[in-house]
Amino acid sequence: MKIHIPNSVWLGNIDPFLRGFDPSLPNELEITFNKKWMSIHPMVLSMIAALGLQVDSSKIQCEKLEATSKHYLERMKLFDFLGVKSDITITEHEAAGRFVPLTQIKDSASLTKFVTEVTPLLHLEPKHAEPIRYIMSELIRNVLEHSLSKHGAIVSAQYYKKSNTIRIGIADTGIGIWKSMNESYNPKDDLESLRMALTPGITGTTRKEGGTERNAGAGLFFIKSIASVNSDFFVIYSGKAMYKLLKRTGKKIQLHADPLKDRHSKRNDLPGWHGTVVGIDLSLDTTQEFSLLLQLLNQTLKEAIKERKKARYKKPQFI
Amino acid sequence: MIHVKLFKQVGPFAENKDIAREIRLKKLIPALEKNKNITLDFENIDGATQSFVHALISDLIRKYGSEVLDKIQFKSCNDTVKAIISIVVDYMQESG
Repeated sequence: MKIHIPNSVWLGNIDPFLRGFDPSLPNELEITFNKKWMSIHPMVLSMIAALGLQVDSSKIQCEKLEATSKHYLERMKLFDFLGVKSDITITEHEAAGRFVPLTQIKDSASLTKFVTEVTPLLHLEPKHAEPIRYIMSELIRNVLEHSLSKHGAIVSAQYYKKSNTIRIGIADTGIGIWKSMNESYNPKDDLESLRMALTPGITGTTRKEGGTERNAGAGLFFIKSIASVNSDFFVIYSGKAMYKLLKRTGKKIQLHADPLKDRHSKRNDLPGWHGTVVGIDLSLDTTQEFSLLLQLLNQTLKEAIKERKKARYKKPQFI
Repeated sequence: MIHVKLFKQVGPFAENKDIAREIRLKKLIPALEKNKNITLDFENIDGATQSFVHALISDLIRKYGSEVLDKIQFKSCNDTVKAIISIVVDYMQESG
């Protein structure tokens, strides 16, 4: 596998970075960097760390770092995950208020501990902390329950002062969304499976409306809705497909059950990622009160169920 | 009547579905089987996920019908927790 970190990757411009990923030779990993400077989204960091966990460290070739922001990668613990020496000496700053370094979560108890510890780390007001811990908990739990990845979830987050934004990345190297959805549905391709996963009420665990006792099939819809209401980016990449929720253009907030009705971009021709990666931004300037967001979400959810039930109504046969 | 104080088991952020399931199986279902009313006490809990609440109560609504809601009271919920519980309760009834 080969991956190149360019000087700037954020969710808005992540497509070329994903296109440049080379998944061939899965037992080797070659990482190259931009020579001058780097500013990269935690989604990218989580992806590289997840790849690193799959490969024996003796098979990881990591280009010598020259970029001025190389300390950032060290501080985010990337080299620990890769098992390679960076030869960088840094003075460890207290993480509070700045970032959540790459963290591997493999079980439910570790997740609970992580979510409890992460909120004070980010030093946020409750209205900002609530959606962030919600997003992290639901996304990581999705990985633990559905990905079947032996390495669990790799998560990282970073506060960006200039944009007053928290950016979060979560990656796994499990079975991916198509295979998970294929347990109960037959999505024609990776993109169709992403659409299903983002639609409320559809879960890979059952075809039954209302889900199972464990899964309602609403988790990813909630996350996408949080991003939509706050007019933030949300990206999900699995297999060869990527769905990207774009920022709203108008002031009117409208949630859609069908992700393709949201302002979005999509691709179905990317290099295959064995697993799932999610990136999300949360602008602290536009964050709505979480309880208000949930009320709005409830309405959309009800309408979605009604629509789906109506679509299944049998029609009278007039002869 | 049984009174279930959730904070002791789930902490300030109710998100662990495994614990929700355990509470449902070990406390809620046995109480309902004995025709007892239930108070789910969210005191000191400042947030919950839809997954947690779904794992806690959705199967009760599925098994006993929406009438089970006459037997369950949700105590000391803040606005966020109220909103999440309402979503799950509405969702289960709409889906039924």
